[in-house]
Amino acid sequence: MTILVLIEGEAGTVKQPSRSALAAAARLGGNVHGLVVGSRADAEAAARLPGLSEVLHAELAHILAEPVADLIVGLAGDYSHVLAAATASGKNILPRAAALLDVQPISDVTEVMDEETFVRPIYAGNALARVRSADAKKLLTIRAASFDPVPATGGAAPIRAVPIAESAGSAFVSAEIAHSERPELTAARIIVSGGRGMANAENFHLLDKLADKLGAAVGASRAAVDAGYAPNDFQVGQTGKIVAPELYIAIGISGAIQHLAGMKDSKVIVAINKDPDAPIFQVADYGLVADLFTAVPALDEALANAP
Amino acid sequence: MKILVCVKRVVDYNVKVRVRADHTDVETNGVKMSMNPFDEIAVEEAIRLKERGLASEIVALSIGPAACAETLRTALAMGADRGILVEMPHSPEPLAVAKLVRAVAEREQPGLIILGKQAIDDDMNATGQMLAALLGWPQGTFASRLEIVESAAKVTREIDGGLETLRLSLPAIITTDLRLNEPRYASLPNIMKARKKPIDTLTPQALDVDVAPRLTLLSVTEPPTRKAGVKVDSVEELVAKLKREAKVI
Ligand SMILES: Cc1cc2nc3c(=O)[nH]c(=O)nc-3n(C[C@H](O)[C@H](O)[C@H](O)COP(=O)(O)OP(=O)(O)OC[C@H]3O[C@@H](n4cnc5c(N)ncnc54)[C@H](O)[C@@H]3O)c2cc1C
Ligand SMILES: Nc1ncnc2c1ncn2[C@@H]1O[C@H](COP(=O)(O)O)[C@@H](O)[C@H]1O
Repeated sequence: MTILVLIEGEAGTVKQPSRSALAAAARLGGNVHGLVVGSRADAEAAARLPGLSEVLHAELAHILAEPVADLIVGLAGDYSHVLAAATASGKNILPRAAALLDVQPISDVTEVMDEETFVRPIYAGNALARVRSADAKKLLTIRAASFDPVPATGGAAPIRAVPIAESAGSAFVSAEIAHSERPELTAARIIVSGGRGMANAENFHLLDKLADKLGAAVGASRAAVDAGYAPNDFQVGQTGKIVAPELYIAIGISGAIQHLAGMKDSKVIVAINKDPDAPIFQVADYGLVADLFTAVPALDEALANAP
Repeated sequence: MKILVCVKRVVDYNVKVRVRADHTDVETNGVKMSMNPFDEIAVEEAIRLKERGLASEIVALSIGPAACAETLRTALAMGADRGILVEMPHSPEPLAVAKLVRAVAEREQPGLIILGKQAIDDDMNATGQMLAALLGWPQGTFASRLEIVESAAKVTREIDGGLETLRLSLPAIITTDLRLNEPRYASLPNIMKARKKPIDTLTPQALDVDVAPRLTLLSVTEPPTRKAGVKVDSVEELVAKLKREAKVI
């Protein structure tokens, strides 16, 4: 049994969700190969991951679903399972490859029971479904928050170049990627998240100072993103990012089911909200009923002064 | 250009579903059902393209039990021109949905198919990508902006880290993200008008599509629940507890 894991790289590093996908592959057992579509430096970073016996590398400037899915289909003959992290990129590519292989993919796997049985959340995480696949191959996306990532180094796998075709029907035009010094949401140990209660984009930046002090990533509710207080990739929830940091601080967020779906597996949850009946308090380990415009600056100060 | 829009009937997003006592599934009896929110966005986008003169006809498609006709009526009341119901006892898995939509697309020959990025019941986020693969069409998933320029679709997508814009040759598949548009409410006169719009009913057999499931649902369970914690009285108490009790800062 050999497993292929699609590994996402960035600037000569492997993204953390892909290291979680590798942890899921390890749970399956067997031989594991990595597939990196991107730069040589990304492939070299993948080759340093522990547990890989080979890294396949296809050079492509912009990752488009069409050629990557075709590439996976071309390689799939050798593999029993094909895994990707359940990131925007993994979710874009893997189902396309699955359909070409006549396989029903399994999205957002949170638990590997055995080679063909998996657990995945449904209905915004209000239920967990245990499913068994009857397909000859299994194509899975892995929910990173549910698997501790493998370390970034420890291995020395050989790299093999594989050809990839250009995309016919789709072409890259442009990208707007926000560069931040802060940790990525899905990799952060602490997340400070703001909601509609932040009231405007300028106020939303109050969270930056707090985040910097804590070494935290900044997240947001859908309402905050829709209102333009925060960029789209800050959104935590059923249809945004799924996170499980050690500490999640929800500020001015009511706690709708769709938001809880993205953060309720955090180890410690703090809620700051002026409404004592806000549903977020039902999942918070520590709740502070307060106006955030006094509580956030006070928190800044308390962190600076605390022994 | 004709646009095909897929609309799924799902448990309303405001309902907190409960797992059945026998763990076979969640309880859907007597629960409010609605159009999948992402599909409302898909219908709205199609209507806007038609209003701008970029589309000639909008066909809404739903797959599932007879009650999906209600979901189609909602799409028709918003502004779709006609509906197609592929009737079967349950909505099948995304692979089967994609095969059924492909079969309908082969009959209808749309220039664009718009789906939601995700059905909020199965949370699969797969059908649009799978349909694109089966048709051999390019895909613009998680779209937050769509323009049709010179027989191509320029689509801005929500990706990890920000936004990406692609140019897709038509025909193409688009899946909607939340910020693509804000769907309209159907007006009463339009709800009345929608009653007269046609809905054709088909079956998987008539479309010659194998809908046999590949996944067996072994059990459905409740996720572990969190116990509500404590209320703190001040920021100082909060910081002290995070440091000494939870030891997370
Ligand atoms: C299909 C679908 C998918 C969705 N996906 C997501 C998702 O992925 N993520 C997500 O977050 N949501 C999602 N939503 C939206 C979700 O249902 C809620 O609408 C959203 O989470 C609300 O955001 P909020 O808590 O910031 O805003 P609100 O619900 O408006 O809450 C604001 C809170 O701020 C508090 N507040 C206001 N002012 C202050 C102040 N000065 N000090 C302290 N507290 C204050 C209020 O008491 C209130 O509790 C989705 C919805 C749908 C239909
Ligand atoms: N039974 C169905 N009928 C119509 N459209 C569907 C059906 N199932 C899925 N879809 C479409 O596919 C999208 C994604 O669904 P999923 O891949 O299940 O998350 C939905 O938003 C719908 O647009």
